[in-house]
Amino acid sequence: MSITGLEFQARAAAGPVPTIEGRSQWQLTWRRLRQDKVAVASGIVILVIVALAIAAPLFAKITGHGPTQIFQNTGISADGIPTGPGHTFWLGADEQGRDLFVRILYGARISLFVGVATTAIATIAGVTVGLAAGYFGGWIDALLARVIDAVLAFPYIVLALALAVVIGPSLPMVIGVISFFSWAGISRIVRGQTLSIKEKEYIEAARSIGAGPWRIMTVDILPNLLAPVLVLATLSIPAAIVFEATLSFLGLGVQPPTASWGNILAGAQNYYTVAWWYLVFPAVALFITTLAFNLLGDGIRDAMDPRTERLFGARREQRRLRGLRPLSEADIPALPGKTGA
Amino acid sequence: MAFASFVIRRLLLGVVVMWVVSVATFLLFFVAPQDPARLLAGKNPSAQEIANINRRLGLDQPILVQYWHYLIRLLHFNLGTSYFTGTSVNTILKEDLPPTLSVMAGGAVLWLIVGIGAGVLSATRARSLVDRISTTGVLIGITFPTFVVGLLLLFLVFKPLNQAGFHWIQTGYEGPSQSIVGWAGHMILPWITIAAVSAATYTRLTRGALLDALGEDYVRTARAKGLSERRVLYRHAVRAALTPVVSQLGVDIGTLAGGAVVTETVFGLGGIGQQSLTSILNGDTPVVLGIVLVAALFVVVANIVVDIAYSVLDPRVKLS
Repeated sequence: MSITGLEFQARAAAGPVPTIEGRSQWQLTWRRLRQDKVAVASGIVILVIVALAIAAPLFAKITGHGPTQIFQNTGISADGIPTGPGHTFWLGADEQGRDLFVRILYGARISLFVGVATTAIATIAGVTVGLAAGYFGGWIDALLARVIDAVLAFPYIVLALALAVVIGPSLPMVIGVISFFSWAGISRIVRGQTLSIKEKEYIEAARSIGAGPWRIMTVDILPNLLAPVLVLATLSIPAAIVFEATLSFLGLGVQPPTASWGNILAGAQNYYTVAWWYLVFPAVALFITTLAFNLLGDGIRDAMDPRTERLFGARREQRRLRGLRPLSEADIPALPGKTGA
Repeated sequence: MAFASFVIRRLLLGVVVMWVVSVATFLLFFVAPQDPARLLAGKNPSAQEIANINRRLGLDQPILVQYWHYLIRLLHFNLGTSYFTGTSVNTILKEDLPPTLSVMAGGAVLWLIVGIGAGVLSATRARSLVDRISTTGVLIGITFPTFVVGLLLLFLVFKPLNQAGFHWIQTGYEGPSQSIVGWAGHMILPWITIAAVSAATYTRLTRGALLDALGEDYVRTARAKGLSERRVLYRHAVRAALTPVVSQLGVDIGTLAGGAVVTETVFGLGGIGQQSLTSILNGDTPVVLGIVLVAALFVVVANIVVDIAYSVLDPRVKLS
């Protein structure tokens, strides 16, 4: 049945015809994520922190205080007590008379860099190993699964400290050590997911049209792993930030005078009785940053699959629906840097 | 019989794991670019002095020979002697064990009470005030690093109380043989620190497992035969929900027994954790090797105990 030109004009005048458009999984995820106020707020906080970290040299210029510059006259009083927060030192000074605000901003650069770099390395290594183990099965799986278990089971805090000393404390060493202890958790989950995906009909279909292992792994399986991997990666950033801070706090990570939140707090340990700001501000910076990443990761998980229970949310009744459990909280690997401490 | 063969197989596997750990740590420290002789010899040592020290420590022999001696010593439960103090590693560990065990035991009791309690409450009373509070607590516990919790407790509790002339809460370690109350005063902040960062995991595990268990058929059966809700919850659901909790507890206790590095360092308790940090920084290889081995032993034993506890808690689990 066709419509006449007149009818068409009448319809056009009546307003836009409502259309039904198909939405991809990613569009749906994005829509759900945008409606999640906590996730959006966390995202904004992270953007602000990133902006502040990038602008660190700018603030150093504005305040006139370099990150490692010592101000004997203005920074510390005659009896050696650091200057409190005020016009000169916005968040106060440390025991050597350095500007705490500028140092926290430079520390943010280290934290974010370590968080992102280790997550990138751990994710690539974890996905590669997990995918290979899950897809090939047999002795390859048996071997890789044992390696994964061994890395997860090691008393890693002592081993991390030992590695830190053997290699010598430096930023690349910190990134190496944290990555080494982070990939296994991702691998284990990727392996499990791969095991279930490879039994699906479309993998069989791909094989029947002659696709090789490489093509099946990268084209057919990998895209289906992106959702859980993205969630794990987001949650591994705050874990890595805490790990770096802990190593630096113990004196085995980023070495002074380079500022890192961990070594600032190590310095604060001896001065918090006379200079509360020295302890409180870096602690708050660390807390807000890790909190924002944790909440964002939680929001992304929720947006990816509304059925899963939120790490911190109240949607637990959905758990009772007992359908698929693509990624439950029991699957989240132990956060490195937390236990055994 | 099945039980006995299970235990024997797990013990053998444990021995293999311990051997792997011993080889791995031994190798790690022999590729280390550290030279204990140079550290020990003081300033500007002559080549002769260095050689003497190396001979005394047995460091001039081939690695395989050194490992052989090391292994023989281990089989006699002798962990060797410290490069620096000349004390036997067994003695050092024996002295450092009380603070570490104190932290672990008290902390575990506290985090189990808080963690399981909050988990059960929030699983049975969804969306209540208790649930909201426990959810917020979990969030904070997961986010805060251990050393920050410790430092904040020192700043917010220890400092004001001592300034106000209330001296019960102290840092450092004092054994319980003098006075139990004094010991608790030294331990209370470390316990809270450990519990604060660990309880969150237990709350999440308990809540998740309990919600799963409450949806099981056997819970419906228990309700159908007219048991009180209380009995259904505690005798049937919670019991099964405790399996992941026990598993986590085994891992945590095993790890903590090998030293609560951060907590001990922040509060100056001087346990195995703080000892491992000092020894690592000094390059005191025998002590570090000893600590890693003992820590691994605790983890291995804890895992075996967990597997046995499983079958007791959940009758559906078969030992195999």
